Amino acid sequence: MGAFLLRRFVFAVVLLVCTSSTALLLTRLAPGDLTSQLGPIASRSEIETTRARFDLDRSPLTQWALWATRAIRLDFGDSFLFNRPVGPLVIRAAGNTAALAVVALAIATLLGISLGILTGSRQGSRLAAFVGMVSMVCVSLPPLLTSLVFVFIAARTGWLPAGGMSSAGASDMGWVAWIADVAWHLPLPALALAVPFAAVFERLQSQSMADAVRQPFVIAAVARGVPSRDLILRHAWPASVRPLCAVYGLVIGALLSGSFIVEYVTSWPGLGQLMYQALRGRDVYLVAACAAMGAVFLAVGTLAGDLLLAAADPRVREGDGA
Amino acid sequence: MRRAGVIMLALIALVAILAPWLAPNPPDHRFGDLLYAPPTPVHIFDGDGAGPHVHAWRLVSRIERRFEDDPSRRGPLLVLGADAYGRDIFSRLLNGGRVTLALAVCATLAATLLGALIGGIAGYAGGALDAMLSRLSEFVLVLPAIYVALALRAVMPLVLPASTVFVLLLVIFALLGWPMVARGVRAIVVSEREREYAIAARAAGASAARILVRHLLPAAGGYLRTQATLLLPAFILAEATLSYIGLGFPDTTPTWGTMLQEASNVALLGDAPWTLAPAAAIFAVVLGVNLVVQGTGRAPVQLEP
Repeated sequence: MGAFLLRRFVFAVVLLVCTSSTALLLTRLAPGDLTSQLGPIASRSEIETTRARFDLDRSPLTQWALWATRAIRLDFGDSFLFNRPVGPLVIRAAGNTAALAVVALAIATLLGISLGILTGSRQGSRLAAFVGMVSMVCVSLPPLLTSLVFVFIAARTGWLPAGGMSSAGASDMGWVAWIADVAWHLPLPALALAVPFAAVFERLQSQSMADAVRQPFVIAAVARGVPSRDLILRHAWPASVRPLCAVYGLVIGALLSGSFIVEYVTSWPGLGQLMYQALRGRDVYLVAACAAMGAVFLAVGTLAGDLLLAAADPRVREGDGA
Repeated sequence: MRRAGVIMLALIALVAILAPWLAPNPPDHRFGDLLYAPPTPVHIFDGDGAGPHVHAWRLVSRIERRFEDDPSRRGPLLVLGADAYGRDIFSRLLNGGRVTLALAVCATLAATLLGALIGGIAGYAGGALDAMLSRLSEFVLVLPAIYVALALRAVMPLVLPASTVFVLLLVIFALLGWPMVARGVRAIVVSEREREYAIAARAAGASAARILVRHLLPAAGGYLRTQATLLLPAFILAEATLSYIGLGFPDTTPTWGTMLQEASNVALLGDAPWTLAPAAAIFAVVLGVNLVVQGTGRAPVQLEP
């Protein structure tokens, strides 16, 4: 287990360095730079000082080296668009994205697994056929479509706020009111992100559950007279959960991608929005920091997925330690 | 189920191919008085025995976007209403499908070809090359595809002509999609390489390239078809996402993605649900593909390339 964790840690560091450096160099080499944000009437000296402030007057490699030596001391540079250090900006945005993604994943897991157990253990029933059809439709509704449809419903009915993370002036109301306000804005983007994942989980769980109930040990348990509720939840389900855990490690990438578009459509101020603004504004250090944060998410997500798989499947734990 | 999916996809492809003949209006024509006009009902039996025809919308209030049926005049047929510039959404949807689907099909072919080649080479060569290519494909797989596509697209000049965008997105999608294919092809080639027919071909003096292309890769045919069906909707979605956020095709080119931009105005979306028509089209394609894939007994687990 120690060797495994060490290997994961090295992978995370490599991922972090690669993505942020690539992001920095790509943004630097892209046509145009952040001084175009100053507008057409900016004086030459203003442009020159801005370029000097963001090391744009040096060669890309020198800029990268300067940035890397500062980054080791946890100084990730300033954002031009927001005119402040990128650290707090990125951490705040990442917190918003994490809140959205975790809530969505929790909803998707709860819904997907419980419905999957239901349909998998009662194959052939009308209920299973109905849920299976609904989830077939939902699997085909990627986050871009769910968020648009939910925003449309919200705009039409006014049941939930159609966008944003908090109402105007909510930050002046004290933190209890602020949390309540955020909680009021959260369900729409979280559901938009959760629905397709819930459907994928439901399909997987349903399939593996249907396989599990046909296993000899389940039939033996039936013969011993185990009540059907215990049979499903305590005998068949633990045996059926492995394929789902295997997918969990892969889901994190899709979750981040999905959260990007949900954030964009519902104006949730997360990492995706920030990255998008930074890329468009050619805000070099902000792009690099966003990429680094994304890499941290990926590393944590894949590690969580692996640990989950190890918990669910003893073969992975015992195996080659990888 | 599977047949329903195939029929759906075939129908969509047919409509996209025949779009210029099926579209009732030119996709770029602006009906100046019909901004956000609702769909026009078709009158079939209307007294004067004129056959099916469409009444014109009379603009009652430009600010409230209110329209009234004007039976005295004939109007353009707007099956799905009009957008912010008064362009016929249905005609744009048909024509936009051509661009979106053509890009997705080309990108799928490119990614499948690239993946088959790289996976085949990795599996056949083995050793250090195999290890390197496998690490590379795992690395690309773990990245969130939309972010990579976004970054690669955003570092290019932001305003480009449509044909350049097409090629650019094609390349980006192929670069993102190949690992999905390569991983499985590698596994198949590794196991097929040791089979008698491959050994016989080697003994007969066939070159490595010939063995790989003529003998080993055909064994991966079924796998390649399944992967291709899974990549297609992912690329349609990627185009839609990039165009929606303004980093895909220029908005003068109708594609399902650029058309969805119309729906980004929340205030207007509630009153003009027909601007969501491209979303329905995307849904239809993804559903069709999922029905086909489900028929083969696989769970559709792909939400992105």
